Amino acid sequence: MGPGEVMMLAMLLIVLALVVYLVLTIAALRTITKGLDDVIAHVGLIVEKSAPVNDVVSSINGQLDAGVDLLEGLLVKKAGLVDAVGLVDGLYPGAAAQGLRNFPESTDIEAPRISEIYTKGTLTLARLGREAPIAQGNPAGPVLRNIEGGSLAARLLYPEARQSAPGSMPRSPVIGTDAPVQYEQRDDIGQPRKQMPGHR
Amino acid sequence: MTVIWWTLDAALFAVVLPVVVLLLNGVLNAARSIIPSVRGIAATAAAGSKDLDAAALLLTTEQQVKQTVAGVAEYGGSLDVIIDDA
Repeated sequence: MGPGEVMMLAMLLIVLALVVYLVLTIAALRTITKGLDDVIAHVGLIVEKSAPVNDVVSSINGQLDAGVDLLEGLLVKKAGLVDAVGLVDGLYPGAAAQGLRNFPESTDIEAPRISEIYTKGTLTLARLGREAPIAQGNPAGPVLRNIEGGSLAARLLYPEARQSAPGSMPRSPVIGTDAPVQYEQRDDIGQPRKQMPGHR
Repeated sequence: MTVIWWTLDAALFAVVLPVVVLLLNGVLNAARSIIPSVRGIAATAAAGSKDLDAAALLLTTEQQVKQTVAGVAEYGGSLDVIIDDA
């Protein structure tokens, strides 16, 4: 075998190596291309699905902002700014420091300790009905009732006539078989209810 | 002259052919190393797309919020009438 033939053999081997490796590389690149096509399809779906989210969330935030403005305005109008801050701080401790959103001056108010004196339910009822005796108490004053054990202390919540002069008030009616006033017994008590017309 | 030819043949076998094989092998390994990453990205994108299926429910949430705020506004108007101002 001469040197020319050996060189031909070397060239042939080089070309063969090129063909083998390039074919394998092409196969790998095709796999990559297919995977990237899947990625693009899924990313397109993500873009399509998330497109309206911004508008919808903005709309929801706008609606909720309007609700907050409404409730804040109503609360301040009806309870006053100081009591409103006290109410909010009573329901959400620490919220007074943040203040009401539409009333920047509310951050300067020292929140009255409303929730430490009344329970939340009593507080709400008291503030809804400002003529109730419990609403006349000053949150900065002493506690009106002992919320832990003083059941008799509840008496202090009512007008003076019920505390020191209960004898001057009419007594509760006596009921039962020995009651001085007997009412006519109704025959329909304890009987099955009458069927309404059209009832099957 | 014959010596030069044999020298060139030796260089082809000892240098050129190994270098060509080495470079092609590097390219092939690099291409194959990308495949798992692409598959991982495709799986993540598919999961992300599926997670966004619930985004359509935001439209229902928007309607509910509108109705709730409208109801609150109506109640607020009534409370404004029946409760005295501070």
